[in-house]
Amino acid sequence: MGKYVAKRVLTSILTIWLVATITFLLMFLVPGGPFLAEKAPSAATLEALNKRFGLDQPKIVQYKNYMLNLLQGEMGESIKQRGRMVQDIIFSGFKVSARLGGIAILVAVCIGVPIGCIAAFNRGKWLDSLILFFSTLGIAVPGFVVSTVLMVIFSVKLDLLPTYGLTSFAHYIMPVSALAFYPTAYISRLMRSSMLEVLGQDYIRTARAKGLPQFKMIFKHALRNAILPVVTYLGPLLAYTLTGSVVVEKIFTIPGLGNEFISSIINRDYTMIMGTTIFLATLLIIMNMLVDIAYKIIDPRIKFK
Amino acid sequence: MSELLLNIQNERLSFFTPAGEVKALNDVTIQMKEGDVLGIVGESGSGKSVTAYSIMQLLPHTGRVVGGTIEFNGHKINEMSEKEMQAIRGNEVSIIFQDPMTSLNPVYTIGNQIREVIMLHTKKNRKEANERAIELLTLVGINEPAKRLKQYPHELSGGMRQRVMIAIALACEPKLLIADEPTTALDVTIQAQILELMMELKDKIGMSIIMITHDLGIVANMCQKIAVMYAGKIVEYGTVDDIFYNPQHEYTKGLLRSIPKLNDTEHKKLVPIEGTPVDLLNPPKGCPFAPRCNSCMKICLNKMPEYTEVNEGHISACWLLQKKEFEQGGK
Ligand SMILES: Nc1ncnc2c1ncn2[C@@H]1O[C@H](COP(=O)(O)OP(=O)(O)OP(=O)(O)O)[C@@H](O)[C@H]1O
Ligand code: SF4
Ligand SMILES: [Mg+2]
Repeated sequence: MGKYVAKRVLTSILTIWLVATITFLLMFLVPGGPFLAEKAPSAATLEALNKRFGLDQPKIVQYKNYMLNLLQGEMGESIKQRGRMVQDIIFSGFKVSARLGGIAILVAVCIGVPIGCIAAFNRGKWLDSLILFFSTLGIAVPGFVVSTVLMVIFSVKLDLLPTYGLTSFAHYIMPVSALAFYPTAYISRLMRSSMLEVLGQDYIRTARAKGLPQFKMIFKHALRNAILPVVTYLGPLLAYTLTGSVVVEKIFTIPGLGNEFISSIINRDYTMIMGTTIFLATLLIIMNMLVDIAYKIIDPRIKFK
Repeated sequence: MSELLLNIQNERLSFFTPAGEVKALNDVTIQMKEGDVLGIVGESGSGKSVTAYSIMQLLPHTGRVVGGTIEFNGHKINEMSEKEMQAIRGNEVSIIFQDPMTSLNPVYTIGNQIREVIMLHTKKNRKEANERAIELLTLVGINEPAKRLKQYPHELSGGMRQRVMIAIALACEPKLLIADEPTTALDVTIQAQILELMMELKDKIGMSIIMITHDLGIVANMCQKIAVMYAGKIVEYGTVDDIFYNPQHEYTKGLLRSIPKLNDTEHKKLVPIEGTPVDLLNPPKGCPFAPRCNSCMKICLNKMPEYTEVNEGHISACWLLQKKEFEQGGK
């Protein structure tokens, strides 16, 4: 197990380095430069700016400097938000997005898993059909529609919930609902099908033949096997949701990372784009690593690779 | 006849499916005393497993007993609730299944899965259950039992896993062990070992066994009584000698014809008899074997044959047995 974790950590670090390098290279391949604007700056200003951000040095030196800084958690100064360091901007956005996303995922798991199980146990009955209807809805309706509908009902018509910001519990209700909508539906579908598959397995029949009570059969023998697909899905889900949804953050005016990322692209904020890309990739890689380790703990059949 | 361990009287069982009522068991009667070894043979779909599972109420909800009674060890099985059944399953009656590769839960250790049934039905604590588990693994011939307890099913071979299944089944010293084709999924040498083990343990523990199989060689060696099933009905029932040397039902005869040499040491699989099995959704009103029977008579198509006692304890449901009587009394 220890060896497995060590190996997994090492490959993750390697992957992160690769991503960082590729991002660095891509930044030079895209046409245009960070200081290009409708009104081109004078040659002298351009030179001064390039010097300030180290862009006058050979590419290889730039690369070396960037990587060395990255190792210390430094991602350079934002080109557009003068005076602020990229890692600080990312961190403050991430704090907001991660809290919101974390709650949303918790909600999605806590609702999706039991609902999926209930659907499986009632296969073919009306309850199953009802759950199927709502989960199909949840998967089919995009986030901006959910957000807008929620807003119209609860803020505009009923005037119950605030429409922007994140300053109280009530502020969280709509964005969390909007964020949790799809994953809840998806998890319940996943859970239903894997639970049905597991319930048909021979070892469940063995558990019954032993005389185990229903709840023990479900919670001990079925759930642990059936939850595996959900765990797999949780990796990318965590990475995407914790880093903030652009749509939800725009609609509810939340100062999260998703918002930050989009404005950095619109503003051609080179250092910010690089920083956020590397940060998102790193998070995704780490989450997948954690999922793999969790998987290994749940299912002993997964071999050390 | 209260000393009967198992007394199934005229059991009828149907599966209620969207396509209609599948009449899986039609009038099954089985009686077993303590220590008996009964073999149930018959082709695929004849209702062997359904008969066995119904003793433990292990069938899906769609399968319901629609007639007759099942009594086991003093319990009226078909009147018992799920809760009451849980106290019996794995305790007074156990079962081992065909495929040991999939019958154990892959995510728990062998020890966990053996201890579970011990702790469920006895007052033993974890430590005592562990000791009992080691004892059981030794009993079923698994070496290094303490080490095995910590292993997962995928780390064991098929034969070993079936031994573990037997250990689980025997953990509470059941009165009846049901073996549903326990060796079909294993290779030949392992098969022999497992069967030998079962017979050895039967004497040690003093339990009864229901042996479900396709393999006539197995029943000849292991069982005292044989029930031949066809289309959810026991068409012939008797001792090994009755069935092998004095078969009365045309289906039994067909079965026996399909093995080349009876005393062959090699176990031969049944070669299916020509024709297709009956459609249990629309069973015929006469003898279910009639469409495939070479001696089929008019009455066979119209009336279900009644049981006739050939000699003591040997019964068969075939009109040929009563042919003489017809010819005298008929027309
Ligand atoms: N869950 C079910 N729903 C509907 N019909 C079923 C179900 N289980 C069994 N049956 C029917 O009951 C009949 C008897 O099945 P059973 O499993 O007892 O056969 P078997 O003699 O054990 O055959 P095999 O040798 O293949 O195991 C079959 O014809 C099958 O179609
Ligand atoms: S009752 Fe008739 S059809 Fe059935 S086995 Fe006997 S002879 Fe054949
Ligand atoms: Mg069967």
